[in-house]
Amino acid sequence: MNNNEIIKLLPYQQPFLFVDILTTISNEGVTGSYTFKKDEYFYKGHFKDNPITPGVILTECMAQIGVVCLGIYMLKEEISKDNKPQIALTSSQVDFFLPVFPGETVTVVSEKEVFRFNKLKCKVKMFNQKNELVCRGQISGMLKAE
Amino acid sequence: MTKEELISKLKTIVQPYIQNEDAFNNLSEATDFINDLKINSANLVDVILDVEDEFDIRIENDDMEKMTSVKAAMDIVNEKLAAK
Repeated sequence: MNNNEIIKLLPYQQPFLFVDILTTISNEGVTGSYTFKKDEYFYKGHFKDNPITPGVILTECMAQIGVVCLGIYMLKEEISKDNKPQIALTSSQVDFFLPVFPGETVTVVSEKEVFRFNKLKCKVKMFNQKNELVCRGQISGMLKAE
Repeated sequence: MTKEELISKLKTIVQPYIQNEDAFNNLSEATDFINDLKINSANLVDVILDVEDEFDIRIENDDMEKMTSVKAAMDIVNEKLAAK
């Protein structure tokens, strides 16, 4: 399964798909990136006349790249046309350090901590274009193909 | 390890994941992790991983599916400890 095939299997679409490319992926982790478009829908409200990417969206971006893409890769043997990946976010704990403005590209680096009994728990970090740490945390989800 | 010691260790392990305080306070062998303590499926995995660490045992997929109550967890832990 190549990186584009993984992105095609994601159960998201515009305006809630926050994965552009995956650069490396293995059973141990994944690296990928996303560029926040200047006209993302949430900038109109967060904040009034002062667009900044909401923390929940940064968390979502980390979860989509760091947990869901990695999970799909790890389930590749079981995924088929009739067995689509089923996913649920089960917990997230994230600390935020820097704001992300419209037009910025972020890189997500995720390391698998544990994947057992369908639960994938990862240590995830997000960096901006200057390679500064934007946020980091631990995100878990339940994943299976059926 | 006595039955009481085992129950007490399991009680400490499940505590962070329970939703139902009353069922937790009245925890017995008959307590069901999902129906009584309202532990969700993701946290049930955490319980299993914590049980593995606490008792230094390895729980397989088949055991995991059975391990839905205090009694079932005690049986599996005892079985694994006996096999060591």
